[in-house]
Amino acid sequence: MSSDPHILRLDSVTRRFGGLTAVDRVSFHVRRGEVFALIGPNGAGKTTLFNGITGLIPPSAGTVTFDGTDITGLKPHRVAWMGIARTFQNIRLFDYMSVLDNVRVGQHCRMHAKVWDALLKTPLARSEEHEVEDKARELLRFVGIEHHAHNYARNLPYGQQRRLEIARALASGPSLLLLDEPAAGFTPQEKVELMRLVERICAEGITVFLIEHDMKVVMGISRRIVVLDHGEKIAEGTPEEVRTNRRVVEAYLGRSA
Amino acid sequence: MSAAVAAVPSWVQRQSRNPNAVVYTALVVGALIYPTVVQFVNPEQANPLIGLASDAGVYVLMAIGLNVVVGFAGLLDLGYAAFFAIGAYTYALLASGQLALSPAHHAVHLPFWLLLFIAVAVAAACGALLGAPTLRLRGDYLAIVTLGFGEIVPRVFRNLPQWTGGVNAVPAIDAPSLPVWLDGPWDNGADLQIVHDLKLTAGQPVGFYLLMMLLVFVSVLLVRNLQRSRLGRAWMAVREDEVAAAAMGVNTVTIKLLAFSIGAAVSGFAGCYFGAKLSSVSPENFTFLVSVTVLLMVTLGGMGNIPGVIVGALVIYFVQYKILGDLPGWTSSIGSSLGLPGKTVTRLSDLATDLNFVVFGLILVTTMLLRPQGLVPSRARQEELTKGTASEAVADVMGTA
Repeated sequence: MSSDPHILRLDSVTRRFGGLTAVDRVSFHVRRGEVFALIGPNGAGKTTLFNGITGLIPPSAGTVTFDGTDITGLKPHRVAWMGIARTFQNIRLFDYMSVLDNVRVGQHCRMHAKVWDALLKTPLARSEEHEVEDKARELLRFVGIEHHAHNYARNLPYGQQRRLEIARALASGPSLLLLDEPAAGFTPQEKVELMRLVERICAEGITVFLIEHDMKVVMGISRRIVVLDHGEKIAEGTPEEVRTNRRVVEAYLGRSA
Repeated sequence: MSAAVAAVPSWVQRQSRNPNAVVYTALVVGALIYPTVVQFVNPEQANPLIGLASDAGVYVLMAIGLNVVVGFAGLLDLGYAAFFAIGAYTYALLASGQLALSPAHHAVHLPFWLLLFIAVAVAAACGALLGAPTLRLRGDYLAIVTLGFGEIVPRVFRNLPQWTGGVNAVPAIDAPSLPVWLDGPWDNGADLQIVHDLKLTAGQPVGFYLLMMLLVFVSVLLVRNLQRSRLGRAWMAVREDEVAAAAMGVNTVTIKLLAFSIGAAVSGFAGCYFGAKLSSVSPENFTFLVSVTVLLMVTLGGMGNIPGVIVGALVIYFVQYKILGDLPGWTSSIGSSLGLPGKTVTRLSDLATDLNFVVFGLILVTTMLLRPQGLVPSRARQEELTKGTASEAVADVMGTA
């Protein structure tokens, strides 16, 4: 682990789809241990940026540096192994696997059992399975859905599916957690619970980087905010600074306020 | 001690609600008593019937292997017979005089038990080899490439006559032999004696039957271990959502390669056995029809569920080789017993022969309509999923009683 105070650095990251530039030379740094938010109107390129960081759709240009290592264009599973976990805007759980198994899969990249261990059920595989199950149950308790451990993921209510996705992401032992609109479709009560959960995750020493539309959530939990509009960064700063920024108000808050 | 004994009834009760446990029990018991039962029921036909059952085992093995690819990892493979062919030819070439006629000029006669492992390794390697360039493809595209591979492999064997004998097949393949065997009254009332180097020949189908049981047992055990491991979960995750699996740290390419490779490995067992039992291997044994039949067994039996695909394989094999094969005979005997004129009876039985595949199709369509989820459907993590409800309910009942 490097002593860099910035866990994640984006340097003029660009992503083009044919003639369309979805993300245009965006640079910012996420500090270790903070809750950092990315906001912007629909289609501003927020999720594209997340996909660029996690390697699902590598950037066309620019560099992504995580923990002092250049991870631009690494395959998604390598990125996960490095310590970046994510959730998805439209929940992507393993529907026909149990809740517990979903979280177990999350630990895949931290496990060591090889094919032979699995085939022959060696002591290593057995003890690892025990550890994985214990950790999975602990994580389910952490997000508050342990009573659903044996249900199929798809049978969970919407809000708990979002929690499960967070638990699954945490299972990979990340130092940076990317949450893509975690409060989408939540009731005010659920939003408050989510904010508490994010604070607890942060207290575990995990840096949280989230995309969110709900201003109450964003302003309530994030230390710093970056605003994206039409693929360009238009502002960066504390919630107060962003709230009073003229361009932000024009581009985004102006419409809703 | 007494607590353990007291727990037995509730354990049995729990297992009796678990369809997989019931099916496994039925299969094991059925497999054990089958040779004795046919001996009693139909003594003249006993040997062919036992042989039929052990040939069905070839398909059971293939269904177990293909289930890894299709059922667990969700990859549609239409050329699975290719790996079966590779397994069979591995055995055929390394356990016969064939290579003496080839440019190698040396016959190789390795023992069956060693070749079992070699065939598995070769099939697995070919699975990985095919997988490497194709697994970037998804769904239909993958299916088409595997279809092509399934066509190419038998053609390669056919068009390399100097090595494989081409269309003339590899003849006179060695029979597997047991180094030591205890002979006794169970073998047609022979005296109790130790036999050395006992050859398994087609005349003694019980030996092949037991060998097949062993292969199926080992395959089921290993594949079941895999299913419940880190690897099995990763397969299912890739099947459910490849993007999410990758984002969770699953190397989807390696995982899919392993599925292909391990699926192929099981058919290496099947191929090896097939060559040994038939003692001749020809390219005609590995047509597209074989691939489709195995896929059918997996789908109809219950994709992703090991006992399901075993049942599927047995049912389809039985329908194809017993019911459809006997259909003309039955038709003519029913016709004669109804007193129909000889000409009509012949016509009817010819019609039954012609309509063979129509009947087969009707049976398949009816089954899929009645049980679209398969005969013994997959209950992913059935125990886990029911632990929270069923066992608690049992505990409640026991507690209040």
